[in-house]
Amino acid sequence: MERFSLFRHAPDRLLAINEDGTHLSYRDLEEAAAQLSRWAGSGKLLFLLCENTPGTLLGYLGCLRTGLVPLLLDAHMDSALFAQLLDCYHPAFVYAPSDCALVEEMGQPVGVIRDSALYATGREGPALHPDLALLLTTSGSTGSPKLVRLSETNLMANAQSIAQYLELDQHERPITCLPMSYSYGMSIVNSHVLVGAPILLTRKGLLERGFWDFAAKEGATSLAGVPYTYEMYRRIGLQEMDLPALKTVTQAGGKLTLALHQSFASWAEKTGRRFFVMYGQTEAAPRMGYLPAERAVEKCGSMGIPIPGGTFQLLDVQDQVIQESDTVGELLYRGPNVAMGYAQQADDLALGDEWGGVLHTGDMAKRDADGFYYIVGRKKRFLKLYGNRVNLDELERMLAEPFPGVGFACTGHDDDLRIFSDLKDETQIRQAEDYLAHRTNLPHKLFHIIPIDAIPKNEAGKTLYSRLPD
Amino acid sequence: MTNLEQYDKLFLTSFPVKRSDLPTLKYRGIKQWDSVGHMDLMSAMEEVFGINLSTLDVLDFSSYEKGKEILAKYGVEI
Repeated sequence: MERFSLFRHAPDRLLAINEDGTHLSYRDLEEAAAQLSRWAGSGKLLFLLCENTPGTLLGYLGCLRTGLVPLLLDAHMDSALFAQLLDCYHPAFVYAPSDCALVEEMGQPVGVIRDSALYATGREGPALHPDLALLLTTSGSTGSPKLVRLSETNLMANAQSIAQYLELDQHERPITCLPMSYSYGMSIVNSHVLVGAPILLTRKGLLERGFWDFAAKEGATSLAGVPYTYEMYRRIGLQEMDLPALKTVTQAGGKLTLALHQSFASWAEKTGRRFFVMYGQTEAAPRMGYLPAERAVEKCGSMGIPIPGGTFQLLDVQDQVIQESDTVGELLYRGPNVAMGYAQQADDLALGDEWGGVLHTGDMAKRDADGFYYIVGRKKRFLKLYGNRVNLDELERMLAEPFPGVGFACTGHDDDLRIFSDLKDETQIRQAEDYLAHRTNLPHKLFHIIPIDAIPKNEAGKTLYSRLPD
Repeated sequence: MTNLEQYDKLFLTSFPVKRSDLPTLKYRGIKQWDSVGHMDLMSAMEEVFGINLSTLDVLDFSSYEKGKEILAKYGVEI
């Protein structure tokens, strides 16, 4: 049976333009899919180490087309965390950029596609449910083995919703601003491949001149970003740049400050562009809400309304649906894009749909009288750090590995992590900070440890986060 | 403090490097000089030297040595 038939286009249609000027067509994709199928078959688990390159794009789409199930990972992730995931899920194959340090020990590749290569691990790999199409991490930076299991239906439903509300067509040319292993970056690829719009591929970051030269030369029509990206867009003066082809900017991955929301919404309105604030989670492949561009100024601070095909409800503490406006409750989402469920171990990959299209987001939200939703807080102990979800309990467990017996307590707000510790020694404190930055591959500046005499705990030994200093 | 001393100090306090590392220090050459570190470094440069760096200069500030050339354009001789 043909998989992802909606990703098939005329062979000569442009799939992507790489920063070196190379053009990829849909013929290249079908060739890559045929090669992967010859080398690896189908229905097998594969770890796909991503960079914004032709090899990654052809590998990712090629796997979907042939029915190989990839787990998307960042090619620059920490090697110890990568080894843990290998141990946990024992995939049959690893596919990675040829210069990726994580595959140095893998021996000779089975095959090469552009800048990337396929390696056999010598294992059969775990049994997979026939509906399973793709795996994403819930928190790539802490290397949690908890994965989100997504089906073709999930991915295609979400790509179609996104293409509909962003009004995408084949004339779009999005440039890669985010890693492809990140659900937001992946969804940009999916929604544009769906409509046959070419993707501009670059490994360069937003603070490199080459990125902007490439965007201008190839006429990038849209940019994306997490809240921190918008700080950078403001810092480098995106609003003053001469990018006539740029028509759309989208934001997701956490709540933007009101000042930045207002600033970019007004700029877009004045310059005839569209600014979309959006809401999602990897568990929904990932998009669930969007703020229509024409309401962006008026509804500042809102993440909008449900995407086409989805619905929101707010639940009170008794799990009763809240009918009144401006009342805070837990946000519940229903839609065909809600994942099949989580996997915590290899055996779980054989499981079918466990969630039935319903997602308890864990986000606390309210709805105004016009039906627009506002995220106001979070039920679970995690933060968004530079757009990445980081579970605070996992951070504490990560710290306990090299520092057994030392007390750590992690708390804070989005982009403002607070780590308390009873460590006294300055050198050890620095070591712990370096360790976290190295392990998580997140900006070093996030990890500032605040020394305190003792971590406040209750009689059962549970940390009392409310008793920590302000 | 001379301009050079102030310039060096910004790097030495922003990143865990020694003075002898400075001549070869490059953007993304060390973990701490990432995009976030870069934004902070640029803000600190502007504050300390009382200047306003343009978009292109923020993007071109790709190494310790290159930064000296850029600051010279703003009348800050290192």
